[in-house]
Amino acid sequence: MCTLLPITIDKLTLTAGQKTLLNNISLNITSSGILVIMGPNGAGKSLFMRCLHGLSQPDSGRILFAGDEINQTHRKSQALIFQKPVLLKRSVRQNLEFVRNLHRTDNVASIELALRNVGLSKLASQPANQLSGGERQRLALARALMMRPQMLFLDEACANLDPASVSNIEEVLRQACKDGQKIILITHDIAQAKRLADEVIFLHHGALCEHTPARVFFQSPKSQAARAYLDGQILV
Amino acid sequence: MSIFAEATATAFSLIINANADLLEIIGLSMKVSLSALLIACILGLPIGALLGTFDFAFKNTVKGILTALMGMPPVVVGLIVYLHLSRSGLFGALELLYTPTAMIIAQVILITPIIAVLSSQILEDLHEEYRDLFISLVVPPPNALLTYLIEARYSLLTVILAGFGRAISEVGAVMIVGGNIDHLTRVMTTAIALETSKGELALALALGLILLILALFVNFAAQQAKSLLSVQRYGG
Repeated sequence: MCTLLPITIDKLTLTAGQKTLLNNISLNITSSGILVIMGPNGAGKSLFMRCLHGLSQPDSGRILFAGDEINQTHRKSQALIFQKPVLLKRSVRQNLEFVRNLHRTDNVASIELALRNVGLSKLASQPANQLSGGERQRLALARALMMRPQMLFLDEACANLDPASVSNIEEVLRQACKDGQKIILITHDIAQAKRLADEVIFLHHGALCEHTPARVFFQSPKSQAARAYLDGQILV
Repeated sequence: MSIFAEATATAFSLIINANADLLEIIGLSMKVSLSALLIACILGLPIGALLGTFDFAFKNTVKGILTALMGMPPVVVGLIVYLHLSRSGLFGALELLYTPTAMIIAQVILITPIIAVLSSQILEDLHEEYRDLFISLVVPPPNALLTYLIEARYSLLTVILAGFGRAISEVGAVMIVGGNIDHLTRVMTTAIALETSKGELALALALGLILLILALFVNFAAQQAKSLLSVQRYGG
């Protein structure tokens, strides 16, 4: 069970110069399961996720996890997987050892288990920078899951991966979800969103257009922007 | 015989016969330059890490000053050190003038800015790459700093070699503060300058060749060590 829930987002606003990147977003995320954030390019999805994880600071508004502002304890209970995985210039195993050594006192998973979960056991002694894109992303996922986060963020983590890698990652995410972890995922892949999502947030021009159960979103989106997006139209 | 052929023959003769004076000069050159390099690394690498990974007031000013000091003429450094170490200077009581210690001090002043500025650039690029990951993984600043130094080890080795090159080839400062005293402060570069002034061009050139071989040997050994470390790290 994720103890970081509910997430209360209250009037979240972030600007850069004259441009409003996140516009007065308010919502409550109460249920566990997989939340998918969708929206066209430049909608503010990644920035919204960075704010949730504490990597970017909003100009105004606040985010509460189970009623508290984000702190180090919250962040230790979260993990984020970036679109371009950032790995240390070491072997696959040493990348995982780095996390284990950092959080030695916490309840981290074993390296062998983490490698087996993402199918990288045979590549344990390979230099991480010699892995393929899919393998790199799976290593990033293994590293994140080793921390046993209660909340896992993925920022287009499956973009540009082959179907086998996507399938492996989705399987791991479903298992993590079954284990009680809250998954928050950004994707442009509508089929993937349909496969995984329990609920969907749709952003456009930095504003929240929809926050509905996935079934409702894909069958009858309320907003014009979401309908156009699902129909494959270019949103400006 | 051309002067180059004569110089080459003299150089080989000096090496094969293990000329005692030559060995003493080489020994002192290495002792002074490696000691200066070690101290410059102890001072310069933390400064580089500070400049590359932390934000503080007047950071750009400090960086600008250090960058300017990289191009400081050795004779000016020699003169400044001379004034401080001479009998009437601030540190005259220490009686360090015309000793190897004075030469080490001058070389430390010359190469510390090189190591600090070049390492700061390397570490700044790494910091840019890893900042979000380290915030996400809740890596404490001392661990992050240590990780940057480990990740950048090969690039930093090149920086250290650049510092060594500057130290071993330097003549102006060590001539002023060391005095080129036979069996006490005579190093390769000051010996070359002396033999040139005496008109012993072949001998001067031979010493130059030996200095070149010495520098090549140190660089080659460092490259080999780098390859060996890389193989050990990834297990082949």
